[in-house]
Amino acid sequence: MKSGECLYWQALNRALDAEMVADGDVIVLGEDVGLYGGSYRVTEGLYAKYGEWRVRDTPISEGSFTGLGVGAALVGLRPVVEIMTINFALLALDAIINMAAKIPFMSGGQFPMPLVVRMPGGVARQLAAQHSQRLEQTLMNVPGLRIAVPATPQDAWWQLRQAIRSDEPIVVLEHELLYFGKGPLDEHAEAPPMHRARVCRPGDDLTIVTYSRMRDLSLQAAEQLAEKGIEAEVIDLRSLRPIDWDTCIRSLGKTHRLLVVEEDSCFAGAGAEIVATLAERCFFTLDQAPRRVAGRELPIAYNARLEAASIPSVSTIVAVAGAMCENKGDLP
Amino acid sequence: MSDLLKKMLRDMLLARAFEERAAEEYTQGNIGGFLHLYPGEEAVGVGVLHAAEPADYIVSTYREHVHALVRGVPPGAVMAELFGRKGGCSGGMGGSMHLFDRERRFMGGYAIVGETFPVAIGIAYAIALRELPEAVICFFGDGAVNQGTFHESLNMAALWKLPVLFVCENNHYQIGTEIHRHSAVAEVYKRACAYRMPARRIDGMDVLAVHQASREALAQVRAGNGPQLLEFETYRFRGHSMADSGNYRPRVEVRAYEDKGDPLDVAMAEAGMDYPAAARQSGDHIGRLAEQLGRDGHLSAEGLAAMKVEVADTVAKAVAFAADSPQPVMADAEAALDCNRNREVLI
Ligand SMILES: Cc1ncc(C[n+]2csc(CCOP(=O)(O)OP(=O)(O)O)c2C)c(N)n1
Ligand SMILES: [Mg+2]
Repeated sequence: MKSGECLYWQALNRALDAEMVADGDVIVLGEDVGLYGGSYRVTEGLYAKYGEWRVRDTPISEGSFTGLGVGAALVGLRPVVEIMTINFALLALDAIINMAAKIPFMSGGQFPMPLVVRMPGGVARQLAAQHSQRLEQTLMNVPGLRIAVPATPQDAWWQLRQAIRSDEPIVVLEHELLYFGKGPLDEHAEAPPMHRARVCRPGDDLTIVTYSRMRDLSLQAAEQLAEKGIEAEVIDLRSLRPIDWDTCIRSLGKTHRLLVVEEDSCFAGAGAEIVATLAERCFFTLDQAPRRVAGRELPIAYNARLEAASIPSVSTIVAVAGAMCENKGDLP
Repeated sequence: MSDLLKKMLRDMLLARAFEERAAEEYTQGNIGGFLHLYPGEEAVGVGVLHAAEPADYIVSTYREHVHALVRGVPPGAVMAELFGRKGGCSGGMGGSMHLFDRERRFMGGYAIVGETFPVAIGIAYAIALRELPEAVICFFGDGAVNQGTFHESLNMAALWKLPVLFVCENNHYQIGTEIHRHSAVAEVYKRACAYRMPARRIDGMDVLAVHQASREALAQVRAGNGPQLLEFETYRFRGHSMADSGNYRPRVEVRAYEDKGDPLDVAMAEAGMDYPAAARQSGDHIGRLAEQLGRDGHLSAEGLAAMKVEVADTVAKAVAFAADSPQPVMADAEAALDCNRNREVLI
């Protein structure tokens, strides 16, 4: 299939396959990525095609197999480490933060670090506190890392391939509820730069800056707002480090209102960085204080109702955006 | 002994019935998230925990419903937790993978593989410091031994002679990865010698063997002679969780376990006194126990039937309790988060 629709996991699968065909140095490793085909099917079929040395099932040793990826990258392999979920990446932070992000720098620029660490995360369905984390802020504060957050099959295809080809260490954050979402995929379309944000929906009244799964909720909210006569511009950041400020600033020049929508809890989250930088850079452009719709300051409860009430919903986005635009008519 | 055997059989029957019902409730949508079930492994949890004293502490994994039940957590409170209700043993906050019961010294189910080791040695450190005759029972799977915490914790436990019984439930799989594909040394007990820790491998399908080995080891551990490790060889009859079909396992392998011991349901449900005879050929641990009880004249067909009725009734009541239990509200979640704040207002 050259173009058409596919699922998010399939786009990632094809991206891996394409890069593995193209470059014998690309290897995949992680728990159950081989024989089993990956917990979310992302590595399906690769073990049969490339064999166990290029598709390696690992023991439950996140710290060391991620570190193995670092070592292999130092000598020119291009490892794609899959951490089954972001929650287990906490055990691999030494490899990611102390090693991958630091070695190129502290060696005075001698080494490439063509390492990709893929991990699904976010709040899925009743997986409880230890399995429902959004740890993007933990990684955002690390100079030397790049963080891609593809929200569509097309971006998954583009960004994973770009990440594998890059010599920088890149974390690809996937969302557990996006894997089985469908979207168009054109394998031959030209990719924008990996960190370029995308305006998913144009609008003049307010700018919603968001990423990952919250893109979908924000777009749904924007449709409902449009019925009330409010046109929201929705920006999908696609990358959390670096962040494409120019695309955001251009939008604010038009809308003068900023709303950030993030799944993570508000305090010191990605939204804090987005609001702080855009407030610094667009202070006189903004008509009112920026706002954030974010998760509650709570670990995620197992109980389904509490879980749903702990993260943003379409209706909260609509309510907050609506309130921000209440005085819209009064504006010059 | 016969009383103990009866109690263990009853708990194994309860374990099987509870888990099969949990699977149904999951299919009905009353239970969500990840649900890891225990059928096939009952002899381990039941045998070990019947050797525990009330003063001992239990630290477990995400496959811990049966550990909690045998420990005495009311079945209704376990089922209500699986339902996410306020009457659950963790108030609906934790769910299937995070059962806690402070009163029964059930110190939690942990969902990050390898977390049980450090928690266990921490509790054991406190016991040792206070010179109490208590032990910590630390459950873990075969997959967990490749986590750094296993080695780090075994070393500290042995170094400081901490009262821990490390209990490996070796079901030969780390989700889809068979033990020979995840471990350079597939006999888990052999790893303990690196820390000069006494360790044995036991048939985890034989509840009497499990119980006896656990009792002996715990006596040593409680006496202050340092930690021990027991590896129980077992098998899970279901997939890793309800989200996993388990179809990566060779059919001959699954059949070998099934043929040796087709789970009790058919035989138990139908045969009464015939069941022990039917189970004689089988390696099914529950069948084996019923057989022994029958042969020794401890348990009549009527006795077995009555036991099954009682167990079915207990499970039905647990489900009814769970279904009637209210949903927690956001204030409950906030209270749980702030439980150690002593009502101090921070902002
Ligand atoms: C640190 C960490 N890595 C990965 C996982 C995902 N995971 C959950 S259970 C499991 C397999 C554990 O196997 P084992 O220890 O043998 O226990 P079993 O489930 O067989 O009882 C894995 C990989 C996890 N929960 N934690
Ligand atoms: Mg196992």
